[in-house]
Amino acid sequence: MSTLLPRETLISEEALILVEDLDMVFAGYVVQRGVGFRVGRGEIFVIMGGSGCGKSTLMKHMIGLIRPASGLIRYDGESYWDATDFRRVEIGRRFGILFQSGALWSSMTLAENVALPLSLYSGLGLREIAKLTSYKLSLVGLRGFEDYYPAEISGGMRKRAGLARAMALDPDILFFDEPSAGLDPISSRRLDRLLLELRDTLGTTIVMVTHELASIFAIADNCVFLDAESRTAIAWGNPRQLQMSCGHAGVREFLGSGEGKEP
Amino acid sequence: MKTSTISRSAAGRRLLQVELSGAELRLTVGGVWELGDGIPDPGPVADALAQGGATGAAGAAELKRVVVLCEGLERADSALAAYLVTIYDLCESSGVAFDLAMVDAGLAKLIGLARAVPERTGTGRKGGRLTSFDHVGGMVLGGWHELDGQLLFFGEMCQSVARLFAGKARFRLRDVMEAVEDSGPRSLVIVTVISLLIGMILAFIGAVQLRRFGAGVYVADLVGLAMTREMAGVMTGIVIAGKTGAAFAARIGTMQAQEEIDALTTLGLSPFDYLVLPRVIGLSLMMPLLYLYACAVGLAGGMLVGTTVLDLSVLQYWHQTQNVLRISQFMIGLSKSLVFGVLVAMAGCMRGIQCGRSAAAVGDATTSAVVTSILYIIITDAVFAVALEVWGI
Repeated sequence: MSTLLPRETLISEEALILVEDLDMVFAGYVVQRGVGFRVGRGEIFVIMGGSGCGKSTLMKHMIGLIRPASGLIRYDGESYWDATDFRRVEIGRRFGILFQSGALWSSMTLAENVALPLSLYSGLGLREIAKLTSYKLSLVGLRGFEDYYPAEISGGMRKRAGLARAMALDPDILFFDEPSAGLDPISSRRLDRLLLELRDTLGTTIVMVTHELASIFAIADNCVFLDAESRTAIAWGNPRQLQMSCGHAGVREFLGSGEGKEP
Repeated sequence: MKTSTISRSAAGRRLLQVELSGAELRLTVGGVWELGDGIPDPGPVADALAQGGATGAAGAAELKRVVVLCEGLERADSALAAYLVTIYDLCESSGVAFDLAMVDAGLAKLIGLARAVPERTGTGRKGGRLTSFDHVGGMVLGGWHELDGQLLFFGEMCQSVARLFAGKARFRLRDVMEAVEDSGPRSLVIVTVISLLIGMILAFIGAVQLRRFGAGVYVADLVGLAMTREMAGVMTGIVIAGKTGAAFAARIGTMQAQEEIDALTTLGLSPFDYLVLPRVIGLSLMMPLLYLYACAVGLAGGMLVGTTVLDLSVLQYWHQTQNVLRISQFMIGLSKSLVFGVLVAMAGCMRGIQCGRSAAAVGDATTSAVVTSILYIIITDAVFAVALEVWGI
């Protein structure tokens, strides 16, 4: 489907994440209105759109940082924002989040950064945590950097360490805010492969904000396109189908330009 | 009708000719156009457009078209393009055609590029000049917003303290120790210097006045009371506000700017428990100790002046101090310094948490933390003074 589905269809199909009629207001002005889409289990889902259209804001709504002005976000049918604070934290334990800048805690070493979620929620002993921590860091190619502070490594490495931290608890859902921004092409492709592997082996659902066409076409199952002009989501579906048959010229242009043209 | 204006740049290198013939305005550019010579005023063209444009005064010959011609154009940088874009805008607003067919293709392309994306309307940044009413209104609303923010922070803080006593607050002991170290051992030098000097200054002021009545020995009373009741607490509070409070704001503000606080929140950790609480605990542990230390150093400073300037003996000065100082004076000072510690830590953390997401915002947060802390200290001190007066302590 290349256009937005009516609400009934959204609800009728089984979905891990369901966003219904979401209105987003940030700093006193409306960012997006009436956004709705569905993310299935094990899906790699991309939130895309031009700069400043509210992609990151949408993600912040989904991970509990900004309360929606109206509308619902459901995880397994349960409304996230109507839950109690305690329950929301519980739902949030299923998330792993990679922020745009990596957002590593600057007063902790890389190992401590990855270990904090583990020591909070995994119930493991110190030795197991240390082992898991170096395993997670080696997954992103940072073995041997355990005792470095975030300020001592490069931006790309920080991002990868952030990814290791996001994956620490083997989350059900991984949220990525522009994962490949600031990564070299090789690391970027490696990241894509890693994401596919995570999905295939662990069944992780991945939601990411990006406008890297190469990676959208390489790994995304579905995507939603937020339009800055009309301030709403104008397209939802598989990126290849959208590229060919979307009713909106803007979406086709977005997907058609650049290296992603060849499917 | 045919009129013509020729203008040259100061260096005489730039040529610009405006020629009006019937329904057409010819703009001839030539010579060297460089930014160093400035960009010419669109005045003559604007006048012609105002008189002859479609929206212009009736009666004048109607202007249909502005044609740009290049004649002997040697070199041109952004100066020419910027000038032509200005004219283009003017033409468009008065409904006159702008013809670039005769100019160099590269230049025409540049101008086309500048005009490709229409000016974004509704960005809200062209509101014109603000009147004094706007400023007053903004200040009132800003003040209300500020109060709102402080109350919100205070409320969150109370909840956090409640969680602390319920044993549910999660934070690192390392943060407490860091706050203790920064406000304790690492502040000793500055507190020593300031307290010693304050003690000496008080003694000097007292000595000059009291000596005239032959009551020099009462300098000990003055220094003792002033240090224990007021100066030691207030001065250490201000020093710690500038040192540790500012550091809190900068640290937490940077974390806010780099999304580190978002990362904590999404992990289910309360930033209040994890960041604010350990710092408040650390400072409220150290401030009373610093206060006692500042008192001791201040009294020593007073004694130094008393024994040298007033020729009092050390024993005499000591006895006099002992006579006037009751344990209640210390209790007043101690409780004040405890409150100051909590307030300074809270102000620092509050400005950090409220910090925006840029480097400039972190700087503002730091400054604002110091100002807020000092304000809190002085207000609290005034409240204490009135309360103690009422209770007669």
